[in-house]
Amino acid sequence: MDFQPTEEQEDLRAGVRDLLAGRYGREALRASVDTGVTVDRALWRELGDAGFFALRLPESEGGVGLGLPEAVLVFEEAGRALVPGPLVATHLAAGVVPGAAAGTAVVSAFDLGGPLVAHLAEADAVLGASGVPAGEPVRSVDPLTPLHRVAVAGDATAYRETGALLTAALQVGSALRTVELAVRYAGEREQFGQPIGAFQAVKHLCARMLVRAEVARTAVYAAAVTGDAGEAAAAKLLADGAAVRGARDCLQVHGGMGFTWEADVHLHLKRAWVRAEQWRTVAQAEELLARELVDSEEGAGRLG
Amino acid sequence: MDLTYTEEEQDFRARLRAWLAKVLPELPARPSPDDWPGRRAYDLGWQRRLYEAGYAGLHWPVDAGGRGATPTQHLIFLEETERAGAPYVGANFVGLLHAGPTIAAEGTAQQRARWLPPVLRGDEVWCQGFSEPDAGSDLASLRTRAVRDGDDYVISGSKIWTSHAEVADWCELLVRTDPGAPKHRGISWLALPMDAPGVSVRPLRTLAGSAEFAQVFLDEVRVPVANRVGAENDGWRVTMVTLSFERGTAFVGEVVACRRTLGELARTAKANGRWDDPVLRRRLGRLYGEFGALWRLTQWNVSEAERSAGGVPGIGGSVFKLAYSHARQELYDTAAEVLGARSLSLEEEWTLDRLSSLSYTIAAGTSQIQRNIVAERILGLPKGR
Ligand SMILES: Cc1cc2nc3c(=O)[nH]c(=O)nc-3n(C[C@H](O)[C@H](O)[C@H](O)COP(=O)(O)OP(=O)(O)OC[C@H]3O[C@@H](n4cnc5c(N)ncnc54)[C@H](O)[C@@H]3O)c2cc1C
Repeated sequence: MDFQPTEEQEDLRAGVRDLLAGRYGREALRASVDTGVTVDRALWRELGDAGFFALRLPESEGGVGLGLPEAVLVFEEAGRALVPGPLVATHLAAGVVPGAAAGTAVVSAFDLGGPLVAHLAEADAVLGASGVPAGEPVRSVDPLTPLHRVAVAGDATAYRETGALLTAALQVGSALRTVELAVRYAGEREQFGQPIGAFQAVKHLCARMLVRAEVARTAVYAAAVTGDAGEAAAAKLLADGAAVRGARDCLQVHGGMGFTWEADVHLHLKRAWVRAEQWRTVAQAEELLARELVDSEEGAGRLG
Repeated sequence: MDLTYTEEEQDFRARLRAWLAKVLPELPARPSPDDWPGRRAYDLGWQRRLYEAGYAGLHWPVDAGGRGATPTQHLIFLEETERAGAPYVGANFVGLLHAGPTIAAEGTAQQRARWLPPVLRGDEVWCQGFSEPDAGSDLASLRTRAVRDGDDYVISGSKIWTSHAEVADWCELLVRTDPGAPKHRGISWLALPMDAPGVSVRPLRTLAGSAEFAQVFLDEVRVPVANRVGAENDGWRVTMVTLSFERGTAFVGEVVACRRTLGELARTAKANGRWDDPVLRRRLGRLYGEFGALWRLTQWNVSEAERSAGGVPGIGGSVFKLAYSHARQELYDTAAEVLGARSLSLEEEWTLDRLSSLSYTIAAGTSQIQRNIVAERILGLPKGR
């Protein structure tokens, strides 16, 4: 047993982090908020070229031939950079929808469990439906996730488990990023003649954020390695909590600044809210785990 | 990232499992929780069995009499013994997990030869005399004095919350040897024989009703200078070595046990109809997910320790302890919801476990102190005052 990333996995992660730092840093993020362009087709193709969408497609089908453990590392980085767009759905569509693997197509999904579909206007296809259904725009809480109300019902159940796990990886990246943002601000902002990070109330908020993020991160990695449905549900549940509560705590650490449009914190929080509704909600994950628990031999079935 | 075990590790697991299946049915009945001499004898008896079968001090270095097993093998050992329902380390906790590893790391050849074999063989029990009535979280402010007199230290003061003090032969004792020095610099680490004249033990009743720990009074107790491990006034550094062992793998077996407890709870709830309450059901589902993740975090930390030199557990242990101690309390509060008024009966095993879970956010460094450690040492936030 060696439950640590291999050198190749670390290299892959570092490569994606570098790519996103150069291509989608803070200025790019704020520019998309200002312009309202939520899917940058050029970036989408660059991600496609880097293998982001084709990562798990077999080499025989033109993919990279890697597995879920590599995918969650890469999605964690995208979550950290807060890259907008239907990343998970397009990744799941690789090999199914033409152009998805290369990033020339943008694919959304019926992953919100209701009549709402994200990124409908930018989508070339929607997983769970044939073609792109018509929809009425709805004002979205997240400025970088436009929403449409559609009349037809779609069903993306087949993609649900993997979709939930990759979304959990995005949540973990965002959670870890908000810890960094909070820690940096707490080290710089001074009140009462010292950095606010020296105050225990602030310190403990940050420590709690890290603990939640680290537990969620391990759960996501483990689920990626085992491919177990219960572990994937637990991963989503813990990652949703880490991202949503982490962003709220980060906002609190930023004080009044945290309540402004200027600070990036609200973008993390709003996206975390969207992702918490995608593929598998906390309530659904808890019910799934409860069923597994009661069916398990002694509640220790998955140890080992 | 790999969660499969190597052939060698699987072999080790299989041999251990077979051995446990053979010896556990032969064990005598467990003594009652209040029977301290009985508990000591039982725990030492188990230690001797482990010793004879070659499982004693699995994670200790070979030159200290241990088996030099990898952290993963140690993890398998803790997992399998808990799964099989083998006795808990019990009274041997401090000797095996604290004092022993500290002496192995910091002691002289003579000290190792004197103190380590009896721990492994199950002949001697150690306790930990760190905390004092006025020095808990602020451990370095301890005041128990040790004054040099020829080849002896003469010690006066008092220790508190000392687990297993009543049945211990030795105590890893922190004393102040230089009252003039800054508080972290004047401390030394001594091995105190508990039968030395001037040592008296007053049991303290816990909220669970038993006498798990005690106050220890030291009245001009003479201890040879040769019992000092590490240099004079260097005890704080030695102590940090000890604490890193404490937080490393102390809870592995318990995570396994908590998952079993959850399974039992779910079955109980099914039987008494509480399972139909979606709020309770979801809470149990969540806990199942959390304990699964905590088990994975354990494997993560062990893998990390295995990659780092020396296998000394890192401060990731603080992250684990914070999450685990709160989850454990939540588990037993949920158990009470499943049991309803039954949870008020001390005849229920759950009730005692619920009571004991209250100590988890206090003992071995409170949650507040752990958060300080995480914030300052992992996140690098400024030190507060
Ligand atoms: C079951 C049990 C077994 C134990 N066994 C042993 C043993 O064998 N040997 C031994 O030496 N000790 C033992 N202890 C003692 C244990 O290590 C201490 O209880 C613990 O470190 C806390 O110290 P304290 O009790 O003095 O609490 P205090 O330090 O007085 O703390 C009281 C409260 O104040 C908070 N607090 C204190 N300082 C700070 C701070 N800087 N920032 C924020 N909050 C703070 C604490 O978090 C806590 O909530 C045991 C304790 C228990 C409960």
